Amino acid sequence: MKKKSISYAKWGYIFLIPFFVVYCIFALVPLVQTFYYSFIEYYVDTGTVSIFNPDGNIVDNGFCGFANFKEAVTGKGHFFSCLGNTVILWLIGFIPQIFFSLLLAVWFTDIRLKLKAQGFFKTVIYLPNIVMASALGLLFYSLFINNGPLDSVLGGLTDKPSLMDTIWGARGIAGFINFMMWYGNTTILLMAAIMGIDTSLYESAQIDGATPTQTFWKITIPLIKPILAFVLITSMIGGLQMFDVPTFIAGDAGYPQGKMQTLVMVIQTGKDSSVGLVGAISVMIFIITAILGFLTLKVMNDDGSGKKKKKKPAKG
Amino acid sequence: MPRSADVVGESTGQTSLLIRRIVAYVVLVALVIISLLPFWLLIVNATRGKVQTGLEFWFGGSLGGNFKVLFSDNNQTRYGSILASFGNSFLISGLSCALSVYFSALTAYAIHVYDFKLKKVAYTFILLVMMVPSQASAIGFYRFMIKLGLTDSLIPLIVPAIAAPSTFFFMKQYMDSSLPLEIVEAARIDGCGEFRTFNSIVLPILKPAFAVQGIFTFVSSWNNYFMPRLILSTKRTIPLVLQSMKSDIQGNPQAAHAGAMNLYMVLAILPVIVVYLILSKYIIRGIALGAVKG
Repeated sequence: MKKKSISYAKWGYIFLIPFFVVYCIFALVPLVQTFYYSFIEYYVDTGTVSIFNPDGNIVDNGFCGFANFKEAVTGKGHFFSCLGNTVILWLIGFIPQIFFSLLLAVWFTDIRLKLKAQGFFKTVIYLPNIVMASALGLLFYSLFINNGPLDSVLGGLTDKPSLMDTIWGARGIAGFINFMMWYGNTTILLMAAIMGIDTSLYESAQIDGATPTQTFWKITIPLIKPILAFVLITSMIGGLQMFDVPTFIAGDAGYPQGKMQTLVMVIQTGKDSSVGLVGAISVMIFIITAILGFLTLKVMNDDGSGKKKKKKPAKG
Repeated sequence: MPRSADVVGESTGQTSLLIRRIVAYVVLVALVIISLLPFWLLIVNATRGKVQTGLEFWFGGSLGGNFKVLFSDNNQTRYGSILASFGNSFLISGLSCALSVYFSALTAYAIHVYDFKLKKVAYTFILLVMMVPSQASAIGFYRFMIKLGLTDSLIPLIVPAIAAPSTFFFMKQYMDSSLPLEIVEAARIDGCGEFRTFNSIVLPILKPAFAVQGIFTFVSSWNNYFMPRLILSTKRTIPLVLQSMKSDIQGNPQAAHAGAMNLYMVLAILPVIVVYLILSKYIIRGIALGAVKG
């Protein structure tokens, strides 16, 4: 038996080749280069740059220590204001998202409530998630644009600026789209977690005279805590990458007043100019994501009976 | 919110249950309306004319006209070929989907079936890099593609699908639950080569996993705006055309044609919605398995 497994070992390596070759070229090398750029004074002279002549105007002044990070945090990188915008946009979507998802997940799994047409409801609430985010962004943009269909209803014939021209209006619209796209997904994840709870717990609670509110706070919430944490952190990681919706609502500069500019928008707009600065911002995104990812693993592993236990090897 | 019930009396319990049920249905119906209304307005607006003020909830008569405008020469010079944008999106998503599921299965198979020295290291590595968001290395990716001469090419949007850690993870989990090693052993005894065993015996067993992951990969690639925007400059995918349409209604609302724009959006999301509605049962089961990361 042992001999056999040795003779087949080379096939394991052979089958891994495509993954690792492609991963190195298209992900690992770029990641290393991103870290490299973050310590290099590297930019493209935007005066004459063209996509067909990308090498002509590159300025590479070599190692510059933490200057890029300093500029990202204090100077024109706007790191903290963009991070703040990203977090606000994420919160506007996430708070109603987790509220309604919990509510729906509890209702769908309630053995006494016995809701009908669950398949239909689940299909509909998940639907926005598979729709192109940029199309949703453009749809809302075209609805709220000055004198557009919704603006003319909301503002009538007055000269009031469109909702989208106000900071909180624009943020609200983008946050709403994020809510709409993700609450179905979260509902289904939480449902799976709640259905994993032993039903005899609910039955005995019912016999003991517990109200639905009591069972929710005393049984459901404590038992789905790991999944709740997982949802929270993965949603944070996803929120950090927010790009499509705010770009379509507010444009590359994050109109109005740059209050809609997210971190990833800075990467996209600076890719042909301030490469070093963008590299520094990317590294900071990477670090925040790594911390959040580590937290996810920790949360999943702390839960002794969790389904996600398979992830354990990741901690090595 | 659920009402706390007076648990002593049975009849009060029944009434409170009824109230809770009514509240639940009201909230659910409200959410259904919120989720569907934008799409309804989109479809209605696709049948309305060039300038759209005021909300309409029923179809207008300009659908045919909008089709003509959308595919008119004027529009093609403004936004590039409309058909080509669909072609590019189909090509990128279709190939990404096929490459991703096949090679993720192959990678998972290597870890699942064989014993070799670096197995643990390789497995740990893939699970760790699952966390790395592609945006974080985007700038290095873009500058590196310039060096390789691959900007404005579809290759950087397709080939990376071969190395998809989260698809790999799903395949590995699926194999853990439904690919017994005895099948592989039996194939070996019958003299079947390793590669052929994978292609003709293992792949059919993985069909359900292929379906779920294939749809997710296709959809996320079809909807992707960040990567094509990073790489492409003259070629366009659907989200890039949407971007030009957006700058048009923003900068020059008089020239933009709202009806044609809405029609284009309907066409852009239609294929995905149709597939979703046919397969929603499997897709929702797939999410519940933790197949999709937020």
